[in-house]
Amino acid sequence: MLDTARIRPDFPILGRQENGQRLVYLDNAATSQKPRKVIDAIVHYYTFHNANVHRGAYALAVEATDAYEAARTAVARFVNAWAREGVVFTRGTTESINLVAASWGRTNVGRGDTVVVTAMDHHSNIVPWQILCQEKGATLRMVEITADGRIDLADFGRALEAKPKLVAFPCVSNSLGTVNPAAQLIKLARAAGAVTVVDGAQSSPHLRVDVQVLDCDFYALSGHKMLAPMGSGALIAKPALLEAMPPYHGGGEMIERVWDDRSSWNKIPHKFEGGTPNVEAAVGLGAAIAYLEKLGMERVAAHEQELARIAVDRLSQIEGVTVYGPPDHRAGVVPFTYGDIHPHDLATILDKDGVCIRAGHHCTQPLMRRLGVAATARASFYIYNDLDDIDALVTAVRKAGELFGVPA
Amino acid sequence: MSSAPPDLSELYQQVILDHNRNPRNFKRVESANRKAEGNNPLCGDRIQLYVQLDGDTISDVGFQMPQGSGCAISKASASLMTEAVKGKRMGDAEAMFEAFRTMLAGGANAPGKLAAFSGVRAFPSRIKCANLAWHALHAALEGSAEPVTTESAKDF
Repeated sequence: MLDTARIRPDFPILGRQENGQRLVYLDNAATSQKPRKVIDAIVHYYTFHNANVHRGAYALAVEATDAYEAARTAVARFVNAWAREGVVFTRGTTESINLVAASWGRTNVGRGDTVVVTAMDHHSNIVPWQILCQEKGATLRMVEITADGRIDLADFGRALEAKPKLVAFPCVSNSLGTVNPAAQLIKLARAAGAVTVVDGAQSSPHLRVDVQVLDCDFYALSGHKMLAPMGSGALIAKPALLEAMPPYHGGGEMIERVWDDRSSWNKIPHKFEGGTPNVEAAVGLGAAIAYLEKLGMERVAAHEQELARIAVDRLSQIEGVTVYGPPDHRAGVVPFTYGDIHPHDLATILDKDGVCIRAGHHCTQPLMRRLGVAATARASFYIYNDLDDIDALVTAVRKAGELFGVPA
Repeated sequence: MSSAPPDLSELYQQVILDHNRNPRNFKRVESANRKAEGNNPLCGDRIQLYVQLDGDTISDVGFQMPQGSGCAISKASASLMTEAVKGKRMGDAEAMFEAFRTMLAGGANAPGKLAAFSGVRAFPSRIKCANLAWHALHAALEGSAEPVTTESAKDF
């Protein structure tokens, strides 16, 4: 496991006391905390290098542009992108997917076509496709999940028989923690002639990702779940696809020439980055990637999987607790319910002990309907979580049982 | 960070735990002539409220929550609300809602058992749970056909 005693001091917020107790932050699937190096990178950028990028003819503007583009190089290296030009900065996974739906989708999906998503997708990888399909008169096909929380491969195969134009799925489920067999799914989808979109929001922070090995067409990630600022993120795509796609937002920076009645477009990725970008977010993302690369993503994954394994084990020992998700191929996400205590009540009670968990539908209402629950409690781990955090979680959950008198 | 951490026993008072475990008027009212649905899209809480109005008197009232879709606060609040408003006139029920809302916004305690929810004030993230049933009642009394959500009601 990672040396959390050395990692934790890097995160100023973990020094905060919650109701007089140590902060136990277990809502990492929602957003991660930020290390000092990321916070410092943002402060440093504004203190010494701030100017608008790709515009100014003066040294400061060149420095800002260099900082911004260096972050692009870092993202490209981190996921082994096909090319630097295939990394488009966005506000996060949601915007990345909306970009694909609005640009590639509107151009390539028409009446009678099929788009495939899965029942474990986050709303951000469902709703943009619903909007597209409704606009185009296309069919949205949702692939079912198995009882133990995996993508139903038989149903996936059936969905591909419709020769879908596009297949979208999450690399890792935010709600169940399932690590999907992404490369296998992509291979099957590609053989059926589909373009593939991978929601990487829960994989890029936690696993080693190589988009060229995956061989997907689009990969979306959010910086804020991987130590970087809110509002940072990227769409990683095969450059040829981006070249052929129309722009997403019109404005400055994305144009080559503007006539009175029409315009021509800038080169990729700038064609998709209309307006002044969030340079601070990109710089922070670059610093976050440097931090993660130093730890090594294989070690990050092993650390979280071990914490999840122990948490599943210990929570399961509490009579009345149900843990959701598959027994294996699980990332550091542990969804559970406890007797008839509503997850919101659990979250409030845990919060009293400084334990932050998420309670609700986790932006996966189709999945919740299939699980037959309105909501779950979810503990999710990251690099700074340790066994003490699991102790605090288990102790607080037991306390909730006592308060509510859960029948054993 | 609050200076004096609120106590859980103030939020989960015995009367609330009791009404969560054994909700009163937890039923569909077949003779209902007013119905409303309440949604809290943030957490998935849902309530179906049934009201039988005779003139301007609430002669019967009941509620249902789909399996698992009500937390202790929202369920107990719905239960205590039905007890409080049954047999009351519409205007009196609306006045109780006003008193309840005022209490949660930091004002004086609401009358009777409704005061049990005064502890919710210290847990801002749970105020919507306590208000949900009351907003549904308000919608039912107004005869609104649209489901009320905690996001559309401006004072949630």
